[in-house]
Amino acid sequence: MDALTDTYMTDTTQEKPADMIMTARNVDVFYGKKQAINNVSLDIPKGSITALIGPSGCGKSTFLRCLNRMNDRIDICKVSGDIRYAGQDIYAPKVDPVALRARIGMVFQKPNPFPKSIFENVAYGPKIHGLATSKSDMADRVETALKQAGLFDEVSDRLDEPGTSLSGGQQQRLCIARAIAVQPDVILMDEPCSALDPIATAVVEELMDSMRDDYTIAIVTHSMQQAARISQKTAFFHLGELIEYGDTTQIFTNPKETRTQSYISGRIG
Amino acid sequence: MTDLITSEPAAMPADWTVRSPHRIKRARAETRFRLYGIVAIGIAVAFLASMLLTIFIGGAGAFTTSKIGLDVTFNEQVIDPSGARDPASFRGVNYRPLITGALAEVFPDVEGRQDTRALYKLISTGAVYQLENMVTENPDIIGTTQRVWVSAGTDTNLYLAGKIDPDMPQELRQLTERETGWIETLKSAGHVKTDINTSFFTNGDSREPEQAGILGALMGSFFSLIVCFVIAFPLGVLTAVYLEEFARKNRLTDFIEVNINNLAAVPSIVFGLLGLAIFLNVFNLPRSTPLVGGMVLALMTLPTIIIASRAALRAVPPSVREAAYGLGASKVQTTFHHTVPLAMPGMLTGTIIGMAQALGETAPLLMIGMVAFIVDVPTSVVDTATSLPVQIFLWADNPEIGFREMTSAAIIVLLIFLVLMNLLAVILRKKLERRW
Repeated sequence: MDALTDTYMTDTTQEKPADMIMTARNVDVFYGKKQAINNVSLDIPKGSITALIGPSGCGKSTFLRCLNRMNDRIDICKVSGDIRYAGQDIYAPKVDPVALRARIGMVFQKPNPFPKSIFENVAYGPKIHGLATSKSDMADRVETALKQAGLFDEVSDRLDEPGTSLSGGQQQRLCIARAIAVQPDVILMDEPCSALDPIATAVVEELMDSMRDDYTIAIVTHSMQQAARISQKTAFFHLGELIEYGDTTQIFTNPKETRTQSYISGRIG
Repeated sequence: MTDLITSEPAAMPADWTVRSPHRIKRARAETRFRLYGIVAIGIAVAFLASMLLTIFIGGAGAFTTSKIGLDVTFNEQVIDPSGARDPASFRGVNYRPLITGALAEVFPDVEGRQDTRALYKLISTGAVYQLENMVTENPDIIGTTQRVWVSAGTDTNLYLAGKIDPDMPQELRQLTERETGWIETLKSAGHVKTDINTSFFTNGDSREPEQAGILGALMGSFFSLIVCFVIAFPLGVLTAVYLEEFARKNRLTDFIEVNINNLAAVPSIVFGLLGLAIFLNVFNLPRSTPLVGGMVLALMTLPTIIIASRAALRAVPPSVREAAYGLGASKVQTTFHHTVPLAMPGMLTGTIIGMAQALGETAPLLMIGMVAFIVDVPTSVVDTATSLPVQIFLWADNPEIGFREMTSAAIIVLLIFLVLMNLLAVILRKKLERRW
């Protein structure tokens, strides 16, 4: 615990505290009686990609889902601790999780476009939040989001076609465009490339890198290579605990913890 | 790679072709099982075919009827003695003399009260209403003589359809030798023709088979189903949506779920008793009406709709819900923008199957009095009415021979509607199903 706090403290001294868009302190998560997350404290710096790595069942996805209160949907899931977004406690009673998720978007493991047209897929978020002022404004928003997701050139002539008719990689980029269209600050990605082939993965990774200027991204990934390629910060989870958190280069080249060392060298996992 | 293609195919492993006892046994078991399946299907199809054949052969006769052509003189003295031509006065006039007069022209030698009455019985008792309608619609025919095709009487119809065995002893059959002789005379004089039985589709029930029709029962069923749908569909779907999407899983919802499943298995007559006790005796709703019938059928259909709708909602992949939540959609938005539209085909299928069940339901309707003899065709949900299956029950219960084929004909109509409803379910499912 102390070591972790120290890590955190050194991190904040290196960067300005204001740059931390999300902060988590002493987070515990229980599924019924089973503890999935044990006392995790972690900060996500603004405008960067933070990767959460670790073996299956280590709680990294659970932790990610705490950041936009997706776990609220599960009745037996209890979250305690302090998670803040832009300094605000997101688990405070007056916080509306629906509004929160509009600021902190999410992209899922399996591409899950709605069974509607490509246009409607992207337009859905702005529509329910009342962002668009007119039909042409909506069209602009959809186009901008698709362009940011690098998908517009591929689908510009068939926006009316079902989103599910796209290839897997395109579908995932559509899901990213859909998340972008709501103009969130943070985008949480839960293994966004695990269902994609290497070429589509490379495209999505490139996209994530280009999004770094406008959005803060937290990504759960099984692939250590991916984490090493795209992220600036890496957190290593094991058995529900945060073992080590630091700059990606430091984690992969000079891990402080032996367990981190074992994992990245393939000895546990 | 190329080596593999150009080289000779390798010899087949020796044991591939060996017919060991084990393999022979296994192959036989497979053949035998396939045979069982074919036999089972064959028997089922044979039963179904024989049932349908019996019904269609038995009911085909009801769709045609015999008409008797009479040269009726519309005598002004009988219809409008005052000469005022007041349409209201045409109603309630005794038109029977017109028919007996026309018959007397064909059979001049039949005299005496008893004989003329016997002769008049050859014609349907509904003929006088036909004349009354003709006069009311067109008073100008008064004073003229017209050939009018009137329905044949019940027994005449049976005789002309070959349903009365002329070899039977006179005392046992419906028509005497003399009466069949009259019919033959009419027939040879060209006064008899076979026509499509339109009154079967345009009339309500009647004591006389040749005047009885299915329309009253059909409309009764239609109004009942409308009421049933209007109540059961929204109630069932919203219940399913709440239980599946909103309710917390706890003991109470478990208890509710168990009870809904139990309700689906409750005999329908119990729902009828409930309707009798609550809707009629407590709320004093009008007895024998499609309103109450539909309410009872709705109670009966609700569990089916709820169970089918919940299954349809459960079949919607959770990833769709997650995607919507991830975008900041609220629970209601997620449910009604995504989950319910995707589940709608399944919900509609369940509803239509439930409605088809309701269409064929008899027992609960007996309890709330939709079993009465009702001649008028209902025009609203609060008119007294019967329904198709109840009408079949009533006609099957009727000792008169003429109703025998009416029963089969009504069954045919009911079956056609059931097939149509199930077809609609299939079409809707195909059409609304996720197209991508």
